[in-house]
Parts: sequence; C-alpha cells; structure tokens
Amino acid sequence: MRKHWRIATLGVLGAAAMMVAGLGEAMAQNEQFMPRLTYRTGPYAPNGVPFANGYADYLNLINERDGGINGVKVAFEECETGYDTARGVECYDRLKGKGAAGAAVVDPLSTGITFALTEKAPGDKIPLITMGYGRSESQDGSVFGWNFPLLGTYWAAADIIMNYVAQKEGGYGKLKGKKISLVYHDSPYGKEPIPLLEELAKRHGFAFTAMPVTHPGVEQKATWLQIRQNRPDYVLLWGWGVMNSTSIKEAAAVNYPRNKMIGVWWSGAEPDVTPAGDGSKGYLAANLQAVGDQFSVHRDIYKSVYDKGKGAAKKEEVGQVLYNRGLVNAFLATEAIRTAQAKFGNKPLNGEQVRWGIEHLDITAARIKEAGFEGLVYPIKLSCQDHMGSARARIQQWDGTKWSFVSDWIEADRKLLDPMVAAAAKKYAEEKKITPRDCSKEM
Amino acid sequence: MLYREAGQFKTTYGDDQAVFPIRQDRWGMAIILAIAYVALPWLATDYFITSIMIPFLIYALAAIGLNLLTGYCGQVSLGTGGFMAVGAYAAYNLAIRVPELNLIVIFILAGGAAAMVGVVFGVPSLRIKGFYLAVATLAAQFFLDWAFARIKWFTNYTPSGSVAAPPLDIFGFAINTPDRRYFLILAIVTVMALAAKNLVRGRVGRSWMAIRDMDIAAEIIGIRPLRAKLSAFAVSSFFAGVAGALWAFLHLGAWEPLAFDINRSFLLLFMVIIGGLGSILGCFLGAAFILMVPLALNQIPTALGMPLSTAMISHLEFMIFGAMIVFFLIAEPHGLARLWALAKEKLRLWPFPH
Repeated sequence: MRKHWRIATLGVLGAAAMMVAGLGEAMAQNEQFMPRLTYRTGPYAPNGVPFANGYADYLNLINERDGGINGVKVAFEECETGYDTARGVECYDRLKGKGAAGAAVVDPLSTGITFALTEKAPGDKIPLITMGYGRSESQDGSVFGWNFPLLGTYWAAADIIMNYVAQKEGGYGKLKGKKISLVYHDSPYGKEPIPLLEELAKRHGFAFTAMPVTHPGVEQKATWLQIRQNRPDYVLLWGWGVMNSTSIKEAAAVNYPRNKMIGVWWSGAEPDVTPAGDGSKGYLAANLQAVGDQFSVHRDIYKSVYDKGKGAAKKEEVGQVLYNRGLVNAFLATEAIRTAQAKFGNKPLNGEQVRWGIEHLDITAARIKEAGFEGLVYPIKLSCQDHMGSARARIQQWDGTKWSFVSDWIEADRKLLDPMVAAAAKKYAEEKKITPRDCSKEM
Repeated sequence: MLYREAGQFKTTYGDDQAVFPIRQDRWGMAIILAIAYVALPWLATDYFITSIMIPFLIYALAAIGLNLLTGYCGQVSLGTGGFMAVGAYAAYNLAIRVPELNLIVIFILAGGAAAMVGVVFGVPSLRIKGFYLAVATLAAQFFLDWAFARIKWFTNYTPSGSVAAPPLDIFGFAINTPDRRYFLILAIVTVMALAAKNLVRGRVGRSWMAIRDMDIAAEIIGIRPLRAKLSAFAVSSFFAGVAGALWAFLHLGAWEPLAFDINRSFLLLFMVIIGGLGSILGCFLGAAFILMVPLALNQIPTALGMPLSTAMISHLEFMIFGAMIVFFLIAEPHGLARLWALAKEKLRLWPFPH
C-alpha cells in the first residue's frame, strides 16, 4: 500500500514538472514583452510598490484603451528583486528571453542592479531605461550605448537642487561660507551626487560635508546628532525606502528646520513623509513630474483600467508621486517602442530596435498633450550622444496633507555636467577597453 | 544492493587510500562530471547556466572555504562575506593596475590576499573560542565592509564606489559568453574541491579535526594550535577570496561593497550548517538548497499559471523556505550530507533491510 502511495506522489510530481515545462512555451506570438523588475517586499517596498503599480496600470491602459501600441499588445511579467543586486540579475536573466522578440527594455529601479546590468546589457542587446537614477556618466551615449538615464541623473538632480538653494539665497554668490550637508544612503545610489556637489562647493565656496547612512537606513541617530552640532544651512537628503521617513523623523527630533531639508526626487513621496506625521510639514523635495490624479491620463486609467477591476493599486493611491513616476516611466518606454515601430513596423520589436527608438525619442509638448500627460512631464528629446534628454525638475513642499510646487521647472546646467560626464565616461571606457561610438556617423 | 562493495578487493595501499574507495562512487562522480562538463553546456538554457549553475558553483566554493574553517577546524566564522570582498577587490585592483596579468594568476593572487587578511583576523582565535570568536570574525566583516566603502583607493576613485570588472580573457581567449564563464568556474571549482577533499584527508586536515574535537588533547599529542588554526584561516580565506573574485568578475560584472555584506556571510553559514558541517559534499548540497529552493518557489506559481500577486509569491517563498529549513534541521541536524550517508547505508542493504 505504501508503495502505491509513493508511485502516486512521483506521478503527481512528474505531471507538475511537465506542466512547468509546457506552460513556458504558451506565450502569445504577437505581443511585445516587457520584463518588470519590481520590489513589493522588503525595506524598500513602500516606494517600490506605487512605482510598480503606476507602471503596470499604464501598460494595462495601453492594452485596454488602445489595444496595445499600434495594435501590438504589451505583455509584461513582474519579478521580485527585493532591491537585491544578485536577485535582480537573476530576474533579468529569467525574463530577458521571453516574448516573441525578447525583452524590449529593462527598468530595474535600483542603482545597484543598474550597475550590474550595465555590464550585461550590451552583450544581450537590451536597453536599460533608468529614469532619474543609474550611473550619472551613462548620459554619454557614445560610451554607454545601452543606458538611458532619461529626464535626469543624480548629478543633474544635485545641480537642480543646488540651483534652487542658490535661488532662495539670492544667487550663487551668496552661497560663499554656507554649510551644506548631504545625508546619503551608503550605496552607489547615495554616493553618486558627491563628485558634483564637491565641484559646486569648490566653485561657489560653500562648505560641503557628506554623511553616510548604512543600508537600510533605520539607524541615523549619530548622523543627526552631528547635524544638530554643526547646524548646516541646508541638508540634502539622498535616501530611499524607510531611510527617508527615518531621516525626517530624526530631523524633527533634533529640531532641524524641515524647510531647509531638500530631498532628491527619490526622497519626496507620500510614504516618506506620512510616517513622520506633522514632523514632515515644510519638507522640500525635487520632483521629476507632477503629483495628483487630475490629469487626463488618470481619467482614462480610471475608466479603462479601474472600472474594469484591473487596477494594480488602491484607487486612492492613484496620482501619488511614485505612482505617477511609474506612469511617466511606462509612457516613455512605450513611446520609445512607438518611435521604433515607425521604422521597423508594427510588430514585437527586439531590444536593439527599441534602442533605436529610444535614441530617436522626441516627445513634443503636442504629443504629451495628446497622450494625456500635459503638465505632468516636460518635453524630452534624445540623441545618440545625449541619453538623458531634458534634465528638469521642480521643487515641491509637503504641507502636512499634500505636495505643492514651490518652484518652476529648474534645468540642470549642462555646461557644468557635460564635461564631468565626458571625463567619467572616458575613464570607464578606458577601464573597460570600450571604443566609443562615433555618433556623427550614426543615424 | 546498489551500494554493496562485495567483490571490490583492495590490493594496494593506493586503493585503500583512494578519494572514492567504492566503485559506485567513482562511477557516480564520473557521471556527475560528465553531466556538468558535457551535458549541461550542451542542453541547458542560458538562464540555467548564468542564474543557477554559476552562482551555485561559486557559493559551493565559498561554502567549502567556510566548512574547512568551521566544519573541520571548529572555528565559527561570520566573516566569509568580508573575505570574499577582499578577493573581489584584490582581483579588481590587480586587473586594472597590472593589466598584463593572466586571469588565473589574478584569481590565485586574489585568494592569496584574502588568505593574508584571513590570517590577521584569525589571530584572536588563539585566545577565544565559540561565540566569542564568532563576534571577532563579525568585526572582520564590518571592518572589511567599511574599508571597501570608504577607502577610495580600493575602488580606484570611482565616484559611486561601484566598480566593474575589465574585459576578461585567458591567453587571448575571451571569457564573454555564459558557457565560457561556466567552464572557467567549473574547472576552478573542480580543482579546488578536489584539493580541499585531499587536504582534509591528509595531515593538515587531521590536525584541524584534532583541534576541533579537543584542542587540549590535540596540543598534548603534538599539534601546534597556532599553526593549525592559522592555516585553517588562511586556507579557508583563500577559498573565500577566490570565490569572491569569481562572484564579482564572472557573476555580477559590477559590484559594490553591499554585494558582500553580512547577509552573504550568514547565507554561507546556513549553507554549511544545512549541507553538513565537516563534509565537502555537504557544501554543494547546502549551496544548491539555499540558492535553488527560493528560486524554484518563486517561479512555480507563475509557471503553473496561479494568479498570485508578485508580493504574495515573494511572501510565500519566504514562508515555505523557512519551514523547509526548520524541517530539514529537525529531520537531520547533521545536514543534508548526513541524509545522503544514511541513504547510502540503506541502499547497501536494500532490498533486504534488517
């Protein structure tokens, strides 16, 4: 009798294994596949979830409202990275070959994973869209052929924030002798802005100190004690996940004025400020896009996605900062595919074709209006050499219940960034023995 | 019956001292090697090679390193991640500062650098034992993490502190496809696992085990604790260092100190404990268990078409994996290697158990 039971178990296991093997093949042939590296668990989940939801909702909107991108349906699959680099690389390898033409574009939402994938993407010919994050020098498309830090890098972010500080103080000349501190996540993400801030400190004569916070960032007492002693004029915050809300709480505890704290665009979402309650009032942060669900794309999403019960988020979360960033990110990725389709035809495209699309991306104000993103995002145009496009952001302030803008669009100073980018990219190219592409010959 | 060695006569001392004294084991090993060297590269997908086999082999190598120290010499270590980091950053600095070095030489020197650091952090083991030593090695982990995050020279002054491996080649043969990387790692792991197996069967390994079982008795019969313990730290860190260099160069490609943080050390310790302390086979079993089970659990719901959310799948993965660790430890506290040994005993008597 026992033996029969064993044979039955083996049979069930075997059948399960066969199903696993068989289902992998059952992918539709006429769909554009987008791998989605997400993190919905772990210390960074509060920020990873809304972004992933926004992304998913936009792709669903494209499918439900338009029947795909020019009729090519978008298929996507999420893979949980937990913000862990090794796991992110595994997810990338798992998903890169799926779909009719392979992965169109990868968007890891983690600087660490971006660094690792930067080494793999050229071999696999899959473009990486790292909107507002990633390697700052990857703006140089001649060396980093497959990286696209659209809308701004960390160097651009640092420059935009310092520009705002200068505006507030009455010009860069007034910064002399001021004290600026950077509280940063001790990872490549947090360290990225340091070279640019050091350069600015040298030029404008302010004192710059960088204060690391160890991953995941719940222990910051010592850092804020130092800030209480030094009393810097401004504190820039380069945090992510639980680190942001902890910083704001600690700032409230040492009574550092929150309206002198400016977060990068990854440190200025609802999950960052709500845990600190009233302590967050007055906190400032940069934002790459707008906040709120009053845009026409949101109306379409409510109608075509949520009313059909296919929404990824809770309805009240639609329009949050990171949700909207997910939307914009998905918008740029699908527009790139659309651009590429104009050249290669309306069919599932491979990574190389999509890269052509990103390099020739030209989203005008008219197109933004047509897509329902008017006021949500700034027009952007890319080229073979310039993989960033426009680098503009606005500063927003938390009033205890909502974000509102306190500045107009501020543009990063390309005259400052470009030479630094070129120098850093050249160093990378030498280390990796890459011969830069000649962008004047590309078309 | 399957494992009965009746009729296999050992006529020389060489036969008696062979690594695999039983014919079935030799055949089994030959089949495993044939699968690893021939069948897998030929049949397996790129995903299987890059995301399962490569990390599995590197983890197994690092676990062997830790097992030599903890399982054979009895010195608990929580610093394996740190020693891997030493190997990775030593390899990086050698590769970019002395570009003419051969990749194999770089890996050996990287292991050597880790061995030296390991000896330094092994010195406290001469005075302290058990949990206290674990804390001392924890200090190694944190110090090394700190050093690679803060001392800019190690990362060649890259602005973000993340470094990338240069293009790799051996005698002009570029290591750039998953299969080539796999072969290189497999060859290194084969050689080093064999070396470890022989090391623990020989004089050095026996002196480690004597220290592990009772250090005072070992000292009385003439084993010098200083030499035994420090050699264990050196060899263990050498293995960890090579594993770290492989992890950085051939698996990740670009890395930051976080890739070798305390979690990596814990993971390796779990591999050794679940695989079996004091067993080379256990290192492979433990690495396979810790690496592959979560990946399988993560993929099964999607593959079966179950409509679960990404977060739910991830939570299930943690819960089931945790339950499995507890189950295996209760079922066999001495690890998977011991389960295999028991299975062998049973197979020997099968089908006539008594």
